[in-house]
Amino acid sequence: MEHHSILRVVSKLLIPPILLYALYVQFHGEYGPGGGFQAGVIFAVAFILYALVFGVEAMTDILPPRLLRFLAALGVLIFAGTGVVTMLLGDAYLGYNALAANPVHAQEWGIIVVEIGVGTTVAAVMMAIFVAFASHNPPIKDEDW
Amino acid sequence: MSNGLIGVAVIDILLFLFLVLTAIAITRLRNLFAVVMLAGVFSLLSAALFVTLDAMDVAFTEAAVGAGISTVLLLGTLALTVRDEKPVTHSAFLPLLICTIAGATLIYGTLDMPPFGAADNPVQTHVAPDYLERTPVEIGIPNTVAAVLASYRGFDTLGEVVVVFTAAIAVLLLLGGGGRSRRHDDVSDERKKD
Repeated sequence: MEHHSILRVVSKLLIPPILLYALYVQFHGEYGPGGGFQAGVIFAVAFILYALVFGVEAMTDILPPRLLRFLAALGVLIFAGTGVVTMLLGDAYLGYNALAANPVHAQEWGIIVVEIGVGTTVAAVMMAIFVAFASHNPPIKDEDW
Repeated sequence: MSNGLIGVAVIDILLFLFLVLTAIAITRLRNLFAVVMLAGVFSLLSAALFVTLDAMDVAFTEAAVGAGISTVLLLGTLALTVRDEKPVTHSAFLPLLICTIAGATLIYGTLDMPPFGAADNPVQTHVAPDYLERTPVEIGIPNTVAAVLASYRGFDTLGEVVVVFTAAIAVLLLLGGGGRSRRHDDVSDERKKD
C-alpha cells in the first residue's frame, strides 16, 4: 500500500479522532447511546484501519497477538471479578450496591467498571480475530480483487 | 404532527425498499466481494431503520458491528477462500417454495400483533415502565439502556462478553493466531539453509 498516499494521509488524520470517539462512547455510555460493546468495536476499527493501510506487522508491533489474547481474557476477568468483589463485600453476585456507601453511586461505579471490562474484551477480540485472518496469508494485490 | 408522521412513513418505505433491493441483489450476485459490500449496506440500512424507531443504542451497535467490523472480517475470510460463488446446479423451485410459505406464515402472524406504538402494547406495560421508573432512583444515570444492560441484566451481559471471548478462542484455535506466522518463519529459515 506504499503508493496509496491519499489513503495513508487520510487514515493518519482519521485514526486519532476514531480513538477519541471510542473513548467518548465508552465513558459517556451512561449519558448517551453507546457503551462497552460499541466503544470496543470502534477502538478496534482504528487499529484495523491502521493495519489495512500500513500493514499488519506495523499493528502487531504495537499490539502483539499475545497481548491481545491477554487483554481479551482480562476484560472478562474485570467483569466477572466485579461480581466476586461485590460478593466479598456482602452483596449478591454483580450486586453493585455494596461498592460504595451510597447505593446510587455504587451502581454507577459498578456500571463504569463493568463497561470497561466489556470494552476491553470486545476491542481485543475484534483485533485478535482480524490479526488471525490478516496474518494468515500474504496480502492480496490490488488487481486481484 | 401529521406532517412529521408522513415524513417518517416516507423514510421507512424508502429504507425498506432499499433493504429489499439489496437483499435481491445479494441473492443474484455471484461475486462474493460485491455480496460482502452489499451485506454492509444492508446493515447500514437496518441501522437507519432502528434510528427511525428511536432505538439509538441498537442502531449504533448495528452500524459499528454489522456494517463496520463484520464487513472487514468477511473480507478477511474472502482473502483466505475464493472470490466467486459456485454456480447453482439444482433448481431453485423448492427453496423458493419454502421461503414463500415461511414468509407468508410470518406475515399472517403479524396480523395478530397489536397496533404499532399503541400505549397498551405488552412491550409498553410489562417490565419497561418498571425500569424507566426505577433507573433514576436506583441507578441515577440518564441512559436506561445502560442501566438495564450493565446492572439489572448484568448476568446477561456477562454471558454476552463470554460469548465474544469464546468466539475469539474458536477463531484463534482454527486459524492459529500468531503461532502460525512463527511457523512460516521457521519454514522460510529452513529454506534459506537449503
